[in-house]
Amino acid sequence: MEFLIGFEGKDFVFLASDTSAARSIVMFKQDQDKMTPLGKNTMMAMCGEAGDVSQFSEYIQKNLQLYKIRNGYELSTKGMMNFTRKALAEALRKNPYHVHTLMAGCDSTDGCSLYYLDYLSSSVKVPFAAHGYGAYFVLSLLDRWHKPDLTKDEAMILLKKCMAELKKRFIVTLPAMMVRIVDKNGIHTMPPLLEKDYVTMDTVQDGEPDRSIVRPLIL
Amino acid sequence: MSIMSYNGGAAIAMKGKNCVAIASDLRFGIQAQTVGMDFEKVFPMSDRLYLGLTGLATDVQTVVQKLAFQLKLYELRENRPISPKTFLSVVSNVLYEKRFGPYFIEPVIAGLDPKTSEPFIASCDLIGCPMEPEDFVVTGTCAVQMYGMCEALWQPDMEPDQLFECVSQALLNSVDRDAGSGWGAVVHIVEADKVTTRRLKARMD
Repeated sequence: MEFLIGFEGKDFVFLASDTSAARSIVMFKQDQDKMTPLGKNTMMAMCGEAGDVSQFSEYIQKNLQLYKIRNGYELSTKGMMNFTRKALAEALRKNPYHVHTLMAGCDSTDGCSLYYLDYLSSSVKVPFAAHGYGAYFVLSLLDRWHKPDLTKDEAMILLKKCMAELKKRFIVTLPAMMVRIVDKNGIHTMPPLLEKDYVTMDTVQDGEPDRSIVRPLIL
Repeated sequence: MSIMSYNGGAAIAMKGKNCVAIASDLRFGIQAQTVGMDFEKVFPMSDRLYLGLTGLATDVQTVVQKLAFQLKLYELRENRPISPKTFLSVVSNVLYEKRFGPYFIEPVIAGLDPKTSEPFIASCDLIGCPMEPEDFVVTGTCAVQMYGMCEALWQPDMEPDQLFECVSQALLNSVDRDAGSGWGAVVHIVEADKVTTRRLKARMD
């Protein structure tokens, strides 16, 4: 029941992933980091089959590092995306990796971009995207509330709105979200968004949420 | 669940008088969920040669890259632009190579001959069987609807403006009757002296 979400803002890209690592009915870990930095200004969030995620993300990360060592400069975000897509496409008919990816990066050439890569290796540049069952709930929210020139604070509020919707309507609770922002200065880790801060839709004012009517979890 | 309708999409090409038209929708979906609304399925391969690909999106992207590679090598070796008829053979060959593990795509080709500027359209199935009709070619999840629309609207020897109207109406009305395609459309009108690309105002559902 993993969940990844990403959206573009004004000169930055916002990526968030849930922090649970679980198999069947057991939660192994509640502070799993599903994002991998690919360079100074590019970040990849990946979820999916257990071993495939770590193998494939490390393979991509190390190969992109090798490119930098060999050539003296990093690939652009688009280049990294194409490399990842090709690697996944070649593996598709040999030893498929079942991984879902979001890649975010900021270039001097293309500005800030977010790419969606599904497990069959089809990639598309999008203003916002999500992976997992949670996507069914949040994509329409993002259609409604996303703007291309979001500030970082507005982006955080938008994430809280999405998580509030999931808390209300998604059968699985996502205890916390790891949040990172990628901009031209690099990758910034924000404080994790905890469940108590998922604000319900109908109480978001400009700034302070009204916590008194948050749905109680234990009756 | 059919592999060919996993991502959805539609592409169409028509012959006119000294021009060809090629168009596609813009939807990129994963079964019922629409993920992207900017996924063009028509790719310029050469100056007056366009390729439209529908089917599984990952194979669309892989095959386009493979064909671009083949085309660049051809142009380096031959030192001239490829003719559409030869390109059809290249496409057919690339697809038949994977006869027993195919790419899940159906291409349409539209272009003008580099020497004579004669209009050319063709399509293949997923294993490369070529077809060169005189009027129009359609592929995608709403192929059946598009056959009906084209049969009704197409006439021989249409001028570029008329052809644009014809291909746009055929595409738009067909994708409106299909859940897997739509969310906008792009049309290219290829003439001897210019190529006009337009995005259509379409139902965004």
